[in-house]
Amino acid sequence: MGPLSVNEIISGNTNLFLAFLIGIGFGFVLEQSGFSSSRKLAGVFYGYDTVVLKVFFTAAITAMLGLLFFSLFGWIDLNLVYVNPTYVTSCIVGGVIMGAGFIMGGFCPGTSFCAASIGKLDAMVFIIGLFLGVFIFGIGYDAWKGMYLANFLGFPKVSSTLGLTDGVFAFLLIIIALAMFWVAEWAEKKFPRGEY
Amino acid sequence: METKKTKYLNPYVGGVLLGLVLLASNFVSGRGLGASGAIKSAIVTTMTTIAPSTANTNGFVKEYSDAHPGNPMKTWLVFEMLGVLVGGFLSGAFAGRLKFKVEHSPKISTKRRLIFAGAGGLLFGFGAELGRGCTSGSALSGMAVLSLGGFISMMAIFGTAYALAYFVRKNWI
Repeated sequence: MGPLSVNEIISGNTNLFLAFLIGIGFGFVLEQSGFSSSRKLAGVFYGYDTVVLKVFFTAAITAMLGLLFFSLFGWIDLNLVYVNPTYVTSCIVGGVIMGAGFIMGGFCPGTSFCAASIGKLDAMVFIIGLFLGVFIFGIGYDAWKGMYLANFLGFPKVSSTLGLTDGVFAFLLIIIALAMFWVAEWAEKKFPRGEY
Repeated sequence: METKKTKYLNPYVGGVLLGLVLLASNFVSGRGLGASGAIKSAIVTTMTTIAPSTANTNGFVKEYSDAHPGNPMKTWLVFEMLGVLVGGFLSGAFAGRLKFKVEHSPKISTKRRLIFAGAGGLLFGFGAELGRGCTSGSALSGMAVLSLGGFISMMAIFGTAYALAYFVRKNWI
């Protein structure tokens, strides 16, 4: 059955319309969770507000379990679902640069659009920065093309890399997430902040 | 605790809902959520519109056009990100949070906040291109499909932010 668009159960244009609806859900949940506030987002790095960690890991686990169960029930063919490629070098270097951008700017791309939609001017400036950053990457592409394409491993799953089945890995990740949630609740009590 | 004073959703409930949106995205379209890809579409469009001859010889534009034939603005992520703007706005409207303002710590000036926001955005945009996706597209969506790259992205992004947090603490606490 799923994925619907890959199996041509829905047309290309329907897929784009559903992308718009999925985006509304995405933006709505981000804003409701407080991801439109940079000070709330940055809180996770100082322990005073760990909403990012809680929402991020709960979402990853929910979607991961949903996909595993959908696959088990025969509702979705996971071979047709896009799995991100693994280019080790660019993944690490890109991630480090993004991490620096995150702690300086207080947003990531998705949350900055969400924040801009409710009028946060700092988010709009962040978005201008995003456009410039993508543009610089584009015009100077040849300079970092080597790094961009280095150490390509294909499309490995973290579970197979660790020699575990998907189910066992999922179970371990849930245990790790629960431990992190416990630390997060402790941190919020230990580093309380006033109203912001 | 902060979350109890404000009208924000319980973070675990929010997480489950976000996970369901991500699951729906995979079920419907066979792909996860994203954000930076829509900016890439806009930049590719801008480059090919303003300077078509230069853009055609640019490896970044060429690679994109090979992977996504047709109009770069008629792509999944562009429609999804338009939805994000609508969804965020609706949520903000329901919660009474629509307001033009620069949010920053009382310890820093508005100007300083905006400079850091712009610089952070620039780094994030560049890093998201190099890393083939941002927190949504690479880390969150990658983790949901158990991509090794998704987990590496997540650790690199959050690890670096934690490592550098001390140096910019004045901006936030």
